[in-house]
Amino acid sequence: MGFFIVQVLTGLSSAAAVFLVASGLSIIFGVTRVVNFAHGSFYMLGAFFAYTFTSHLTSVVGFWVAMLLSAIAVGLIGVVVEILILRRVYQAPELFQLVATFGVILVIQDLALLVWGAEDLLGPLAPGLDSTVNIFGTLLPEYDLALIALSLIVLVALWFLFNRTRWGCLVRAATEDREMVGALGVNQTWLFTGTFFLGSLLAGLGGAAQLPKGGASLLMDFEILAAIFVVVVVGGMGSILGAYLAAVLIFEFNAFGILILPESTLVLMFLLMAIVLILRPWGLLGKPEAPGQLGQVGPPELPYQSASRPLRIIGILFVCFLFSLPAFADDFTLVLAIEMLIMSLFAASLHFAMGPGGMVSFGHAAFFGGGAYAAALLVSHANAPMEVAMLFAPLMSGVLALIVGWFCVRLSGVYLAMLTMAFAQVAWSIVFQWDAATGGDDGILGIWPSAWASDRMAYYYLTLIASVGGILILRHVLFTPFGYAMRAVRDSAVRSESIGIRVSRQKWLAFAFSGFMAGIAGGLFVFSKGSVFPDEMAIPRSFDALIMVLLGGVKTLWGPVTGASVFTWLHDEISRFEYWRLLLGTLIIAIVLAFPQGIAGFFGNWWHRLRNKGI
Amino acid sequence: MLEISNLNTYYGRAHILTDLSLNVQRGEVVALLGRNGAGKSTTLKSINGLVQPESGSIVFENESLNRQSAHVVCRRGIGYVPEERRIFTDLTVMENLEVGTRPPRKEFPVWTPERVFEIFPNLAEMRNRPGGQMSGGEQQMLTIARTLMGNPKLVLLDEPSEGLAPVIVQQMAKTIHDLKREGLTIILSEQNLRFATKLADRAYIIEKGVIQYEGTMDDLAADEDVRNAYLTV
Amino acid sequence: MSETSLQITGLSKSFGGVQAVMDVSFSLHPGELLALIGPNGAGKTTCFNMLNGQLKPDSGSVMLFSKETVGLKPADIWRLGVGRTFQITATYSSMTVCENVQMALLSDRQQLMSFTRRASRMYRPEALELLKQVGIVEQEDRPCSTLAYGDLKRVELAVALANNPRLLLMDEPTAGMAPKERVELMALTADIVKERNLSVLFTEHDMDVVFAHADRILVLNRGKLIADDTPENVRNNPEVRMVYLGTETEEIAHA
Repeated sequence: MGFFIVQVLTGLSSAAAVFLVASGLSIIFGVTRVVNFAHGSFYMLGAFFAYTFTSHLTSVVGFWVAMLLSAIAVGLIGVVVEILILRRVYQAPELFQLVATFGVILVIQDLALLVWGAEDLLGPLAPGLDSTVNIFGTLLPEYDLALIALSLIVLVALWFLFNRTRWGCLVRAATEDREMVGALGVNQTWLFTGTFFLGSLLAGLGGAAQLPKGGASLLMDFEILAAIFVVVVVGGMGSILGAYLAAVLIFEFNAFGILILPESTLVLMFLLMAIVLILRPWGLLGKPEAPGQLGQVGPPELPYQSASRPLRIIGILFVCFLFSLPAFADDFTLVLAIEMLIMSLFAASLHFAMGPGGMVSFGHAAFFGGGAYAAALLVSHANAPMEVAMLFAPLMSGVLALIVGWFCVRLSGVYLAMLTMAFAQVAWSIVFQWDAATGGDDGILGIWPSAWASDRMAYYYLTLIASVGGILILRHVLFTPFGYAMRAVRDSAVRSESIGIRVSRQKWLAFAFSGFMAGIAGGLFVFSKGSVFPDEMAIPRSFDALIMVLLGGVKTLWGPVTGASVFTWLHDEISRFEYWRLLLGTLIIAIVLAFPQGIAGFFGNWWHRLRNKGI
Repeated sequence: MLEISNLNTYYGRAHILTDLSLNVQRGEVVALLGRNGAGKSTTLKSINGLVQPESGSIVFENESLNRQSAHVVCRRGIGYVPEERRIFTDLTVMENLEVGTRPPRKEFPVWTPERVFEIFPNLAEMRNRPGGQMSGGEQQMLTIARTLMGNPKLVLLDEPSEGLAPVIVQQMAKTIHDLKREGLTIILSEQNLRFATKLADRAYIIEKGVIQYEGTMDDLAADEDVRNAYLTV
Repeated sequence: MSETSLQITGLSKSFGGVQAVMDVSFSLHPGELLALIGPNGAGKTTCFNMLNGQLKPDSGSVMLFSKETVGLKPADIWRLGVGRTFQITATYSSMTVCENVQMALLSDRQQLMSFTRRASRMYRPEALELLKQVGIVEQEDRPCSTLAYGDLKRVELAVALANNPRLLLMDEPTAGMAPKERVELMALTADIVKERNLSVLFTEHDMDVVFAHADRILVLNRGKLIADDTPENVRNNPEVRMVYLGTETEEIAHA
């Protein structure tokens, strides 16, 4: 009996911090339509601030005020980020704000490293709550009860704020139609800043509340990201109560699942998420998303045309240049070129799904890393030759994408995107935890190419042919009826249904094809490095691909290739510095601020103006 | 009251409004006629700041509105009723009105929910109903009521009769007539000439972003050539 | 009486306790233009969405050319020969006018899974022929996103005709068009109906269009069918005048 109650309460207290952070994410997205990737970073900062504040201020203002102050400090940092960066790019098309928030993640990572050092910090125990309570013979930390109370207080406070105050009324209205709220005389700028403060504060509060339980570490930012995305999707975007129910449901499931199947809690969580989304595609308390809220912003793309003659010639010349590269490039350049080619194919595969397919994936690394692992496992466990492993990689990625896609394509927009990330995180966890097969954190080593391709130049040519071939196939498919049908489904689902196109199936197959192509890149990658680690499936890798596509431009067919090349090169140049994340993050933010319409959009407009002047 | 001269507006690369000029006197109802895509909605959005014109000037009560964002224009006293209604469907009728509420203005009538309900009696019966559960006609009433709560001096009405049943259109005409009697100045964008004829003092006809005709409603009624060229009822 | 294109019996649907459509029955014959009118929220759109498979009725039957379609998906119903146009035009804005029609043809010929040829080169002559019928063939290569609204409505009509439908469902076909365009579009539709012996069911708020073109008129109010009659009788029906047409019917209908 006591054990049962304690288990329930443990689940509730684990849900508390995640609920706080997830509700903040949900509020920020609702009003500003920005998926704040840096939300996990705010959570992490909350824990670090709480560490500093409680150690210095507890004697002055007391423990709980110190905690609250750290949450407010994070809220203010959120305000700074909003005012300095995001405010300038709300009008930017195509999720460009994601790039900025990704830059913020990098900057915060290095700043936290500078200020608090690389060591994990142990939090103080909450005064007066440092012992345990005895519940029918089973012990439960008192602090867990405090967390449960805190989450309920926040839940009620948020309900009151949103339903009983004018500010809350305006926020709810802005969540539906922020432009109209502006036309009714409300200054949107400060409404946005206000929501950002509140959302960041909640993330900070979650981090601070977690400190006495789990301490503070530099890994907290990405660790919580997948969990809050799952909670938001399962609970229903924009619903605070939904987020609470989802967090509770998931962590209760976890608390009891661990007793039955201690090895498979992640699989259980995945099953739970799948069941909820099959029954309620928009989450427990969510509502269908209006179309066009994510991805398709701004003027529609122009109809596809075959490449013009000059473009074709430039393309052929460029490929000729790539073929002649080994003649004058040194070994380091070839290594970099190989990586640029692989990343170009990876980015092109993501672009296929998110541009013409209209399915933004936050978890595309699952298919890239999935391909890499499939190839590596086949080599390390079955001694397969490289040629077989490289064919196996895309097949396995394709199968994985079929499974993930089956769930995801029923959703659209941000739901779909967040769900892909959740699935990718499940795939990552399996690889990370299944030591026996995948080596866990140590990865799989010694995956080298066959003899004929082991020379650097030979492998370069192999990569060149496979990547350029892959990119050309992706491009070709866009011009075929299959590619057109995919675009049709994106442009107008109702019209497509009414001319006999099976919308879900079309999206599903397109998603799988995109995953298949990412698998080719993954296969090439593992043999170029000779090893593979779980990092290749992790969230940062997925974000890399997103940044490449967005920097290059979603609406251009060659954008992802340009974006991937530039990003890979930059990364390579900068990562020699000690605080390279700070540098890269700042650079990314600078690019976003300099080209709020995206690099491709900027040059498109510039080209147009130039031509207009000529006429 | 409002003086617009040589307005040019673009959507991306498309030139929507070309050298558009018009003016409105206090207490007038001015109709902006033209077919779908002629530039009526863009004209209204350019005035209230939802769309930023590339060049030209907008002067309201001797103050420039150039490059002002929508909330500033609203605070100066220009209310906007969008064609798509854009009711907050999750919010109740009262909450919708709350979002539109602005402080009172000197020398202009102050709108309260109770006064608004006098004009729109059926809204009073559904104060706590979410906007999403109202019929199209009720939503159209609510969107006007919501704008009135901002105590506007001038209201931009974008196709209030579009998509409504004839019986509702008649009610709507009466309501707008009442508002005019209250002293409200109105710019009314319309395709429905019959509807506009009942309400407007003067009319502009817009076609492909260019003002093609300007005159009183009586002149327009007499000028069959113009009607045939641009309106052809 | 000739065979029916569409036979609806006892169609009902409720949403969360609200009865949106109540026991609606009517039929439609080949060559007939049938208008469905009524106040906002009367259930017209719900009715429409049940006919084309987007909504599943709670009860009742929809017989399309003597085949039950309740439970079929929109794509299946399209294959039975039902073309559709939307109140707010639904076209592919990233494609040209001709490609929009080609999409429907590609789907009709079951070529959507083809990975070999370029889509823009397939069935182009057929698509141009359809565009010629609706009178916008000269705009074939313009991006759909740059078309005037009235022309978009014509693109939709061409798309809807691509699989040789026997029934057209048109949701407010003239909404948002200039009066002159309305007359032209409805005249065009009437011609095509005659030529191909199609049936048309359309909803409409413009009473000029309804009374000028409908062979028969259905009036819905609060989910119930309150009239199914000739235009003349509907115009003089007191209940219809009270809930929908209002007192100025004469002026409106005859202006």
